[in-house]
Amino acid sequence: MARLTRRGLILRGAPVIAGAAFVGARSSSAAEHHGHAVAVADAAAAEPHAGHADMHGGFQGAVDHAANGFDPHVILRDFDAGQTTRLASGRTLRTFELVALEHDVEVAPGVTFPAWTYNGRIPGPTIRAREGELVRVAFANGSNHPHTIHFHGIHPATVDGIGGQGGAIVAPGGRAVYEFDAAPFGMHLYHCHVRPLAEHIAKGLFGAFIVDPKDGREDADEMVMVMHGVDTNFDRANEIYAVNGIGFAYLERPIQVRRGELVRLYLGNMTEYDPINSYHLHGNFFEYFPTGTSRVAAELTDTVMQCQGQRGILEWRFASTGRFMFHAHQSEFTELGWQGFFEVIE
Amino acid sequence: MRPPRWLLGLLPLVLVALTIGAFVGLDTPGLDGRAGPPIEQLTVERTVLKPGSFELTVRNDGPDAVRVRQVQVNDAFVAFSGAEDPIRRLGSATIAIAHPWVQGEAYSVALMTSTGGLVAHEIPVAVETPATDLSFFALMALLGVYVGVIPIALGMLWLPWVRRIPPVWLRVLMALTVGLLAFLAIDATLEGLDIAAQGSQAFGGAALVFIGAAVAYLALTGVGSWLAARRRRQAQVGASASSLALLIAVGIGMHNLGEGLAIGTAYTTGALALGTFLVVGFALHNTTEGLAIVAPIARSAPALPRLAALGLIAGAPAVLGAWIGAAAFNTSVAAFLFGAGAGAIVQVIVQLAPTLRERDEHGLQPRVVGGLLGGLALMFLTGLFVSM
Repeated sequence: MARLTRRGLILRGAPVIAGAAFVGARSSSAAEHHGHAVAVADAAAAEPHAGHADMHGGFQGAVDHAANGFDPHVILRDFDAGQTTRLASGRTLRTFELVALEHDVEVAPGVTFPAWTYNGRIPGPTIRAREGELVRVAFANGSNHPHTIHFHGIHPATVDGIGGQGGAIVAPGGRAVYEFDAAPFGMHLYHCHVRPLAEHIAKGLFGAFIVDPKDGREDADEMVMVMHGVDTNFDRANEIYAVNGIGFAYLERPIQVRRGELVRLYLGNMTEYDPINSYHLHGNFFEYFPTGTSRVAAELTDTVMQCQGQRGILEWRFASTGRFMFHAHQSEFTELGWQGFFEVIE
Repeated sequence: MRPPRWLLGLLPLVLVALTIGAFVGLDTPGLDGRAGPPIEQLTVERTVLKPGSFELTVRNDGPDAVRVRQVQVNDAFVAFSGAEDPIRRLGSATIAIAHPWVQGEAYSVALMTSTGGLVAHEIPVAVETPATDLSFFALMALLGVYVGVIPIALGMLWLPWVRRIPPVWLRVLMALTVGLLAFLAIDATLEGLDIAAQGSQAFGGAALVFIGAAVAYLALTGVGSWLAARRRRQAQVGASASSLALLIAVGIGMHNLGEGLAIGTAYTTGALALGTFLVVGFALHNTTEGLAIVAPIARSAPALPRLAALGLIAGAPAVLGAWIGAAAFNTSVAAFLFGAGAGAIVQVIVQLAPTLRERDEHGLQPRVVGGLLGGLALMFLTGLFVSM
């Protein structure tokens, strides 16, 4: 087996990172009208950037997303469909390539964190397949530490990604292939499963794994958010909380959504060192589908709590334009980076 | 021909300079820097609380430059200004942090460096730092006069009584004075070490206390010898007692400088309530210091202006200390000053020691020992009133 070079791996990882084309692709289902907003205080929404640090907290300065090689705004709507081939049986084989890379990430303006990543980004690529397809993930370890990929899903023990019987732990420069059926449909996660677990996960080796139902879902403005923390000083406590890599990224630049359009959020929790994380949406309620494995919503709420490794699907529509906050409903997490805005436009 | 003497003295210095120049010029041959990541060591030297903001003055104690990139207050990122550039070794910077703090509550400020390291600083009780305007300096001066000048002046009123007691009892009184001073020396040393441990270690930390003590001890010894020599030339009678009184006044003055420093600092950080108890406590405590000044000059007849001068030398530094402590407190300076106070007092004790012994006697008489212990006990008990 040829030893992988870091440079080669970065080049191979590039097409995955450059999946920005998805951003523009929004479905244009008919806008539903939920009534007229009578808010008197929405004048503030006209101000694009100023005053966040004073009003809502935030970092001093700005993160250079280009230098990081990934942008939370791109990751938000970047779904990796992989490469498909039709097998003799008529089944679809969907292949993905993931590479473990050590990568210095500017996690806050001017603050460098020596992250461990899949494909140079946090979270790793959002792998997406359809129920019943055969998923094949080719994994290469381009870092100086042993890693694996452990998928949540239904699969044989031999591809569990835990070392020993679940496929070997992949040594630096090594490769592995994980092949399994896409099942069950829902929102799942994947992460490295090498000891010490907390360290490997907290440094950035995790991502979302979405399995669509056979008959698909209603068209929507889809996005993915993986909640996590950053332990910048390695004291096994998080100094920064974020979704999709960089704290406050959606506060500094709101996520634009259209009024009346169905929003579908794939939400997962990969926070280490804190047992739970949560998601709270302002000015609205959403239908919550725990793990996304049922077509029937479990509840209509505006706040949902997830334990480490828990995930689910959230669906809602904004009835009026303006800015709506979303954040962890643990205020500490909120003020340490886990908050953002939706900007609802016509 | 023999080379000139100055050249022989200079030669090693020139060689040292050349060697260092070559070593630096050749980019430290054979050595390749540190193995690990940069070492980041910041110490908060001063905290100023203003409505809606904290101002932290930090000093870089470590070997590498440190860059503060983000600031958290009570687990929340906050806006700040200052320290835009890396803080170099031994350099300092002031960081102004916007935060709507509440009087009396506790705050934890964390400075996040470019490597993700956190420098934590606790504000145990948030109290607005008094503005250092004229009325504030007047208040500190009043405080210094209350706790330093007035008690010492009152203590010096024992002079007429001291004059009329028999020599044996005067010796006991001197022993009492030495006991008082010994207590002050211990107290100043401990206080200095305590302060040194809290602050920046860049300038020596606890070593500054001992350096301060050595400097003060040697300086006073030098001044003492000079005064004695001058007096001998002028053939003055009773000169040694008079210069001894001056040295005691200087020693006590240096101690009171430290005391003022502690009071000023404690007041600005809200750790000190200005009140009857404090002033009464200090009055009791420092009145005994007045006694220490007049005891050696009991047999001479000092003029009133001279007595007043001695009292001011001993007491007025409390005012100066309060000003420094309130306006420009620096742990390194404070540690040095406390050490200097201790050193000055030890020097005075050494000067006084011979007077404790009876002529032609070895060792100390029981009543002299009693006087020493009495001095310690007196200071200990009056000290209880002013423990901060």
